Amino acid sequence: MTTGLLRLTWLEIKIFVREPLGVIGTVAIPVLIFVVLGRIGGGRVPAEARDVPRFVSADLPILVAIVIALSAVLSLVTIVSIYREGGILKRLRATPLRPATILTAHVLVKLLFTAVTVALTIALGRRYYLMDVDVPVVSFSVALLLVTVSVIAIGFLIASVVPTARFAQPIGTLIFYPMLGLSGLFVPLEVLPPALRMIGRALPLTYAVSLLRGIWHGAGWVAHAGDVAALALTIAVCAAASAKVFRWE
Amino acid sequence: MNSAPVVRVEGIRKTYGRTVAVDDVSFDVQAGEIFGLIGPNGAGKTTTMECVEGLRAPDRGSMVVLGLDPRRQRYLLQHRIGVQLQEAQLQKRIKVREAVSFWASLYPASVDGDRLLEQLGLTDRRDAWFMTLSGGQKQRLFIALALIHDPELVFLDELTTGLDPQARRAIWDLVRSIRARGKTVFLTTHLMEEAERLCDRVAIIDHGRIVDIDTPERLVRRHCPERAVIVTTGDSSAQARFSTIPGVTAVSHDDRRFTIRGRADDLVTQVIGCLAEHRMPVDDFRTEHPTLEDVFLELTGHSIRA
Repeated sequence: MTTGLLRLTWLEIKIFVREPLGVIGTVAIPVLIFVVLGRIGGGRVPAEARDVPRFVSADLPILVAIVIALSAVLSLVTIVSIYREGGILKRLRATPLRPATILTAHVLVKLLFTAVTVALTIALGRRYYLMDVDVPVVSFSVALLLVTVSVIAIGFLIASVVPTARFAQPIGTLIFYPMLGLSGLFVPLEVLPPALRMIGRALPLTYAVSLLRGIWHGAGWVAHAGDVAALALTIAVCAAASAKVFRWE
Repeated sequence: MNSAPVVRVEGIRKTYGRTVAVDDVSFDVQAGEIFGLIGPNGAGKTTTMECVEGLRAPDRGSMVVLGLDPRRQRYLLQHRIGVQLQEAQLQKRIKVREAVSFWASLYPASVDGDRLLEQLGLTDRRDAWFMTLSGGQKQRLFIALALIHDPELVFLDELTTGLDPQARRAIWDLVRSIRARGKTVFLTTHLMEEAERLCDRVAIIDHGRIVDIDTPERLVRRHCPERAVIVTTGDSSAQARFSTIPGVTAVSHDDRRFTIRGRADDLVTQVIGCLAEHRMPVDDFRTEHPTLEDVFLELTGHSIRA
């Protein structure tokens, strides 16, 4: 069971690396964009520079982290749809592999590439933005892992219902990016009209942003227990729903 | 055939919405035989096979495969069966040898993958990506994956569809070699020639129902007993002489070409006897036997190609 999982994960990593746009799209482009933005921003920005817009100094890392996780998940949704449409999922299921193993392998691949991308971004980003910011790297990594897994859970629910691989990416984008727009990252929830604020509060990404932002700025886990609970609930609900409605062919 | 059947299917039914895909289907597959489920596309062959493989749950009916319940004991069963699915794909950029060694790793024991690839003529494509293989090569790779763990029972769903005649013959030889090693083969095909050449027994399925099950030979004799001998002769009294042969039901001719029809098993012998007795000059002589194709037409009222 576990050897099957590790072998399949390794196999899927190799296959993903062979995709012409696989690694470039998931790792290189986000890192490049980040670096280029850093250059345009004029190099190092000390944290105490009050005249730097709050967004660049404080929330850009959160945005980058979430966008990296989202693009990994959108790619996962597409891959699962392609595998289903091509009968690959069905062929894998006609083996002693457990269904959960087949899907977990893909999750592990995405987590790995997300981690690599984020690590590269942070390493390069330190040169431009974060030199003087004391970031709790371990806590932030754990928070980002939780966020990524909850986004993956939502992604699986989307992958369960998209009709064909062609629609996977656009439908995923249409669901995730508005969610991000209402998450409080760009505009604080408090200034939104009441209706949008209500929607924002019901969306999982809002809690993801709140958690990442809090941890980044050194807040404790206890202060964000509500966010953690909301994300855990998202994972549980989406995983249970996917298990019910996921189609293998 | 005294031992318990390898597959026993009793009264399975499967519907998709209001479409009945498989309706009250029952059959046995015996150990060591090549059993064919034959019928046109959409007849319910694949649905039936995928129920037996444990990939689909029938709405009702019961199945025992290698002594196991394919629904409740799916994982136990997967270790003992080899499956080739119709129209399956693999990851576009998986290499042939990666697929073989990954599949081998999924089972407690496996055969030598390199030798298997050699037998299937895939050795020179070991490092090729799946997407670059030809249709025949993909099909042979899927057969390799179905055989990698030396299963007792092998399922082959439309295994030669889309292959050229030469590749098809090579695959037939391969399937026979599986049987020669004491394995049981359960296959589906819509090619009657394939069924006739390969299968020990066939079940004819049409519109989700089994129409008849037997050896191809017995099915032909039962449903299309009439044989024909076609003789080209210049003998002026041929029509009268052929008509008096015992068991002949009809004699027709087109100029000098006579078609003699009859149901007797010794029709050919009788015709030869008649030709010899009267020293009739023969320019051409051939016999025509009905095939499974004719049986299918007789049983269902429509051609399998329709």
